[in-house]
Amino acid sequence: MEEQLQGLKTEALEKIASAANVKELNDVRVAYLGKKGPITDLLKGMGKLPAEERPKMGALVNVVREDVTASLEERMVILEEAAINEKLQSETIDITLPGRPVKTGNPHPLTRVVEEIEDLFISMGYEIAEGPEVEKDYYNFEALNLPKGHPARDMQDSFYITEDILLRTHTSPVQARTMEAKGGEPIKIICPGKVYRRDNDDATHSHQFTQIEGLVIGEDIRMSDLKGTLSVFAKKMFGEDREIRLRPSFFPFTEPSVEMDISCFKCGGTGCNVCKKTGWIEILGAGMVHPNVLEMAGYDSKRLTGFAFGMGPERIAMLKYGVEDIRHFYTNDVRFLSQFQRTEV
Amino acid sequence: MLVSLKWLKDYVNLQELPAQELAEKITRSGIEVDAVIDRSFGMTNVVVGYVEACEKHPEADKLSICQVNVGEETTQIICGAPNIAAGQKVIVARPGAKLPGGIKIKKAKLRGQESNGMICSLQELGIEGKLVPKAYAEGIYVLPEEAEIGTDVVTNFDLDDTVLELGLTPNRADAMSMLGVAYEVGAILDEEVLLPEITYSEAAEKADSLLTVRVDDPEVNPLYVAKVVRNIKVQESPMWLQQRLMAAGVRPHNNVVDVTNYILMEYGQPLHAFDYDLLGTGNITVRHAKEGEKITTLDDAERTLSAHNLVITNGEKPVALAGVMGGANSEVSGSTTTVVIESAYFDSGSIRQTSKDHGLRSDASSRYEKGVDPNRVIPAAERAAALLAELADGEVLAGSVVFDALDRAEKVVSVSPDFINQRLGMKIRFEDMLDILNRLKFKTEAANGQLVISVPTRRQDIQIEEDVVEEIARLYGYDEIPATLPEMETKPGGLTPYQEKRRVVRSLLEGAGLLQATTYSLTSEKSAQQFALTETETTKLLMPMSEERSTLRQSLLPHLLESVSYNTARRSDSVALYETGSVFLKTEDELLNEEEHLAIAMTGLWLDNSWQGERKEADFFVLKGIVESLSEKLGVELAFERGQMDGLHPGRTAFIMNDGKRIGILGQLHPTEQKVRDLKTTIVMELNLAELLHKNSEPLVYTPVPRYPSISRDIALVLSKIVEAGTVVNVIRNAGGKLLKDVRVFDLYEGDKMEAGKKSVAFSLTYFDPEKTLTDEEVTAVHEKVLRALMEVGAELRS
Ligand SMILES: [Zn+2]
Repeated sequence: MEEQLQGLKTEALEKIASAANVKELNDVRVAYLGKKGPITDLLKGMGKLPAEERPKMGALVNVVREDVTASLEERMVILEEAAINEKLQSETIDITLPGRPVKTGNPHPLTRVVEEIEDLFISMGYEIAEGPEVEKDYYNFEALNLPKGHPARDMQDSFYITEDILLRTHTSPVQARTMEAKGGEPIKIICPGKVYRRDNDDATHSHQFTQIEGLVIGEDIRMSDLKGTLSVFAKKMFGEDREIRLRPSFFPFTEPSVEMDISCFKCGGTGCNVCKKTGWIEILGAGMVHPNVLEMAGYDSKRLTGFAFGMGPERIAMLKYGVEDIRHFYTNDVRFLSQFQRTEV
Repeated sequence: MLVSLKWLKDYVNLQELPAQELAEKITRSGIEVDAVIDRSFGMTNVVVGYVEACEKHPEADKLSICQVNVGEETTQIICGAPNIAAGQKVIVARPGAKLPGGIKIKKAKLRGQESNGMICSLQELGIEGKLVPKAYAEGIYVLPEEAEIGTDVVTNFDLDDTVLELGLTPNRADAMSMLGVAYEVGAILDEEVLLPEITYSEAAEKADSLLTVRVDDPEVNPLYVAKVVRNIKVQESPMWLQQRLMAAGVRPHNNVVDVTNYILMEYGQPLHAFDYDLLGTGNITVRHAKEGEKITTLDDAERTLSAHNLVITNGEKPVALAGVMGGANSEVSGSTTTVVIESAYFDSGSIRQTSKDHGLRSDASSRYEKGVDPNRVIPAAERAAALLAELADGEVLAGSVVFDALDRAEKVVSVSPDFINQRLGMKIRFEDMLDILNRLKFKTEAANGQLVISVPTRRQDIQIEEDVVEEIARLYGYDEIPATLPEMETKPGGLTPYQEKRRVVRSLLEGAGLLQATTYSLTSEKSAQQFALTETETTKLLMPMSEERSTLRQSLLPHLLESVSYNTARRSDSVALYETGSVFLKTEDELLNEEEHLAIAMTGLWLDNSWQGERKEADFFVLKGIVESLSEKLGVELAFERGQMDGLHPGRTAFIMNDGKRIGILGQLHPTEQKVRDLKTTIVMELNLAELLHKNSEPLVYTPVPRYPSISRDIALVLSKIVEAGTVVNVIRNAGGKLLKDVRVFDLYEGDKMEAGKKSVAFSLTYFDPEKTLTDEEVTAVHEKVLRALMEVGAELRS
């Protein structure tokens, strides 16, 4: 019987070693250790043994059983790992295939420029003011020191709807309206919006375009405050090492009036095609609010002074992004629009 | 304004500054120099030649063979100009010469004949055709007899000159004259200004013995000066005068017209010359035109006048449109012997109106419109008399015939140095201010710490203290202004709730995959009302530039769809655009109701993950999903009702409702509309964004996370195809009561396994009680109630 037992063990161990996979190994387990297996049979047959041999044989059977079980388990670990490895192997994917696209849109480049300017000035304590695009002649011109027949009205040929109503030619009427509404109180606003002028659409002209203007009114507001404010703006929009210069100009609603150039961000001032070899790029118009404009809106121009500035987001976007034709902003070619996705921060 | 530097040097020392440097100084101190033009264009080897002989080319009708004395030699040159003739002094480009436009002259053979150079027209010297005197416009230019053979044309005829092109702002009318520019440059360079010397001898006879002047309305014509010059010889002006006019952009005509134009450029004072004999009456009356009165102006146009047009008459009929253009009936011609020179001051508004009425702008009207210097009217007339005496051998009659009611006093502006420094944020010294004012030739007195300034009448733009601030600042230099920031009460800046929510909407839409578009507000009358949410009349421009841009839009969609078509025509098949912007609706009020709208248009694939087999066409429900997420984001309830609109698919259109009010439209384009626009399936949406953004948002308060589980039950129903899921959901909701937390459609089947006219819709119902765990019995009780309600409305359970 002992021999029989050893024979069984050897046989079982061989089968365990040769089991190729988990299933075969489980079959071996059932075959040798199962309720109907030979080892169980041996145990059942112990009753026929003399009583004094029973404990020895019992112990022997248990040893064999433990050895077989241990071997089985050891083999099981190996086979399971192999099985997992095989599964993993079969599950390998081509990681160079494209990911599932996440659909993303983005703002129009003009919105991008306008919001960047808005946010900069908001951080300096400005509010955003808006107003109608169809305006009264009074707010568009008269309240801005441009009475009927003023020669400067030629500078901005307008679309009239009636004799007194027109499409605003600049966002300045928002300033006039805000001043009137604030009733003599200090003001710090930015006014973005669409404006309209009688121009034939071509690469550099558009009958509809956008403007963004700023207005500050308070006690003792000086021209140096304008210069400082514009300098902060230029550095933020066009780079820390930008310098600005002011040149005298004329706008009916400011006195003195200036134009602001920034040192060319492409060549740094040595001259290139962006700055037309001058080293400077014209960015905006500005000035100290004309006393007539203040008085007309009910401000005491002896006590309160202010500055205003205005610029064209189209021009800024064209400069910043190198866009060569203003019409791109209004044709909405997705191959153009979708380029303004990436952050520049 | 074109400024010849050679000419400018007559009045002010330019300190031998290079033109570019001078231009930079002028630009930095106030008048932008748009261009610096070298009139010589680098020309070399161009000399005066004398045509000794000229005969027809034997083999070419239009060519002449000329023997030309060019000083060093007499040489043969072939010339194609029709006006070439022996005995002329001409401009010769010698072999090796460089002409404007990079042209190089070489010896050549023309039809077998040698040609050693070229006889030039003025155009070939770089002068614009419209400035070349008419007599030479179609051929070569003929030099005066005095021109010295063999001498250099560039230096002899003032082509070695630089012209500055000034971009003048409307306030600087003073710089529309050489003298005005001289004062500006004098101030910049700290130089004196030398005025033209006026000397001539007068005849014994007095001007007023031949002429009378009457002015009816001194308000619009406060000063009228007439001088009479007789025995004049009308002829070509000398070269120097012609060259100066051409440099200034004026075409030379004859010495009389040229003198008036020269003085216009020099003084900025428009002059007009009448042929005295053609005037006929010896009387000049300045009056308002009679309604319907006619005049033919020098440009040969007959103009019908109205009462606010001012005319110069001979006492009977108009002979000139005052300040704008002369009349053909009194024009100076070759046979004129006596001229009347008019120098006048007209009200700028009146001239502006007349010029606008007749669409007629002249060098004269553009100066009158902006206001001329009242103190130059008389000197300009005197200067004209002197030049006519000199250049036309004229005999100037004694004195002038004058109507004078013009106030020529200088405006006095007082300003304190503190005021100037305070406005600028600077500390400019008093002496420096005085120095600048002296350089400007503003007579200034210092009294009680104030600067009391008498502003010369040429500078009509200086009216108030702030104007003086600008003069000081621009000449002191804007670079000297420090950079500071406003010192005022600091308040937090920011967006209004409306503006902030608009940004929320934008970022939601962009996050959902839409590109922001911007289109034009002006459209054609035909498309202005298409897709409009509110029916109102159209708003048209008084004077549109084209029918395409004649009317204000009432919906964003027509232009947005144009953008979609633009893209699909360029093979971008999948397009999803949104726009926010105003539509313009007529109201009782003077101004329009500008409603901010949001529009979306999409076509093609919404999702394209083709290698994984995921492709989703843009359809009604894709866009509806976006609108629903918008409603959730803003916390505004939106409902959808079946609707109809022209241009949209009748079975695939919904009105977007809020609080029972129709605020938008969502639908698929009608196939016909798609065809017209050359589009495939396209889904559109437009809603009144302002209405949404103006709603106040509820404060956000947290709802406790459920402590008890919820239980879900599914129902599959067979419904008639015409029954809408939304109706069923309402039935379920009503029956489910407060324990029913959610109902969701999770399946729709309309395939051929269904009986005709039927569909199967499956709903998932979620039951929940925040207070306790629901028992099966409790759920079943409610669920049974729901099922009964469904049966009552005719739904059947799908087996
Ligand atoms: Zn550059």
